[in-house]
Amino acid sequence: MHTNTASSTDVKRLGNRREPNLPAIMTGLITVAALSVILAVGLGPVSVAPADAARIVGSRIPLLKNYITPSWSSVEENIIFGLRLPRVLLGMIVGSSLAVTGVAMQALVRNHLADPFILGVSSGASATATLGMLFGVFSFLGVYALAISAFFGAAVTIVLVYVISRVRGRINITQLLLSGVALSMIMDAVTRIITLSAPNALGLHNVAYWLSGSLAGAKWGYLTLPCAAICLGMIVLMVNHRALNALLMGDETAGTLGFNVARLHKLLVLVSSLMAGTTIAVSGTIGFVGLMVPHITRLLVGSDHKKVLPVCALLGGILVVWVDVAARLVIAPEELPLGVLTALFGGPLFIWLLKRNTAKA
Amino acid sequence: MKLQVENLSYGYDHKPVIEDICLTVKKGEFVGLIGPNGSGKSTVLKNLYRALQPDAGIVYLDGENLFSLTYKQAATKIGVVVQENVLPFDFSVEEIVAMGRSPHKKLFDGDTQRDREIVRNALACLGMEEMAHRNYLHLSGGEKQRVLLARAIAQDTDFLILDEPTNHLDIGYQLQLLDLVKSLQVTVLAALHDLNLAAMYCDRLYIMKDGRIYKAGTPEEVLTPEIIFDVYGIRADVFLHPVTKKVTVTFLPGSMNYN
Repeated sequence: MHTNTASSTDVKRLGNRREPNLPAIMTGLITVAALSVILAVGLGPVSVAPADAARIVGSRIPLLKNYITPSWSSVEENIIFGLRLPRVLLGMIVGSSLAVTGVAMQALVRNHLADPFILGVSSGASATATLGMLFGVFSFLGVYALAISAFFGAAVTIVLVYVISRVRGRINITQLLLSGVALSMIMDAVTRIITLSAPNALGLHNVAYWLSGSLAGAKWGYLTLPCAAICLGMIVLMVNHRALNALLMGDETAGTLGFNVARLHKLLVLVSSLMAGTTIAVSGTIGFVGLMVPHITRLLVGSDHKKVLPVCALLGGILVVWVDVAARLVIAPEELPLGVLTALFGGPLFIWLLKRNTAKA
Repeated sequence: MKLQVENLSYGYDHKPVIEDICLTVKKGEFVGLIGPNGSGKSTVLKNLYRALQPDAGIVYLDGENLFSLTYKQAATKIGVVVQENVLPFDFSVEEIVAMGRSPHKKLFDGDTQRDREIVRNALACLGMEEMAHRNYLHLSGGEKQRVLLARAIAQDTDFLILDEPTNHLDIGYQLQLLDLVKSLQVTVLAALHDLNLAAMYCDRLYIMKDGRIYKAGTPEEVLTPEIIFDVYGIRADVFLHPVTKKVTVTFLPGSMNYN
């Protein structure tokens, strides 16, 4: 009994976040993230020992390469460097992006149930991205056509969800969830119509694979745009961390604390769409990351965005990298779509949050 | 003149909620806004702290047009405490009070030692140093309200707008909160529900009825049996209390016999 109480106060203290030590947490997470990358590149149908994997990766880093003598086969090098490393890094970026988008959307609608997947933003991005992929609608935009078309889909959906769920200046939770569900159904239907009327079979196959959420096609070239988006997004959000905190207190209070709420909302819609769009363009719909990671982060460090944002970005990246490893290994040599696994964990968490939320209200 | 409101009007869907509101607050004054539910007290204040945009009227703060200030500039001049509302996220008391520093911060500024000191002092001012790391969601209503006042103190303005800050609080907390506000020696405009509290703390009162100012003046001038009957529709007995030397209102319900 006694030990029980002691441990439960320990947990509470962690939950109460009495002065979470941010530098220590960040150092720990960066170390874990680096280790995850090294371990994850070694894991897969062809496994490479972590030490070799680390040295292969190291041999490409300018300063380190002088100290590393090659002792691996070129096949291993090709697998690690050509296939797995871009995939793992993409996982890192996608995870961070989705988690941070979740945080931004939660501040926008002032509710911790917001997530790009639940509110239909992923479906919206998919619909326009599919349109681009199969019919080349946005091909005049060049190499960034897919990302930009996904961005438009994401932006349109966020704005719609936001406008529909706003009743007399307040976000109504029921309206929010219902409009999210309705919009994601509509957008999914649009996607299906587009795919069914697709002119070519190859495109169709690509779309089907991509829609279920996967990192399998990762190439180095895929990294640039989402990486730029998350960096930009993080900078904008970190600079505005006080504003995000104030927004959680409510629009009126945020106004009295000196923030232009209407402008902030526009900024959040823009940043969220940019991150969600560029991410979804390369990875398809990976659900619930934007819900799970911010929630876990807040349990660890509280709700102050100055801490939530960096911790969330790292945790999101680490989570997606490992879920992707699982996706590669569970039914090897076949692969599970990543989105299937995140839904398996994220769905129950969402239900739990929803129950808890209604119990409180 | 600290605050000067001229002919302020506001309405939803073409229905006026407040009409032609004129009021002034002098530097250092504690001015109360009273009136029945729905008479427009909150709407007036919301127009002043810019949660609503008025349809007509001008507001001067320290001689400047309030609506030409940026939100940030306004927030360095006006602190606002409203009724504690539902907060869906966990923040520590300290984090909430620290939000009061926001208007003083530029985009890339970090939190300085001075900010931390101001936050500590604001909490100390309300006797809440011990609670700095407590979770806001686990506090009682009175404690939450004090935290919101601490945030306004940390905001470091010389003018406070209070919108029924003592609603839902026990009488002990009501007096404590208003005593604290009084002790800050800043200019205050407060919407209050309780006529006796208004009489005790306010230098001047504005009483509202159906979206208009019905009467303005000192508590003695405003809280008369006639005006109370006209505005609230109930009979009342009003006298100067021998101890507090303030106006005291006793309501006389229709169901009792007065012989």
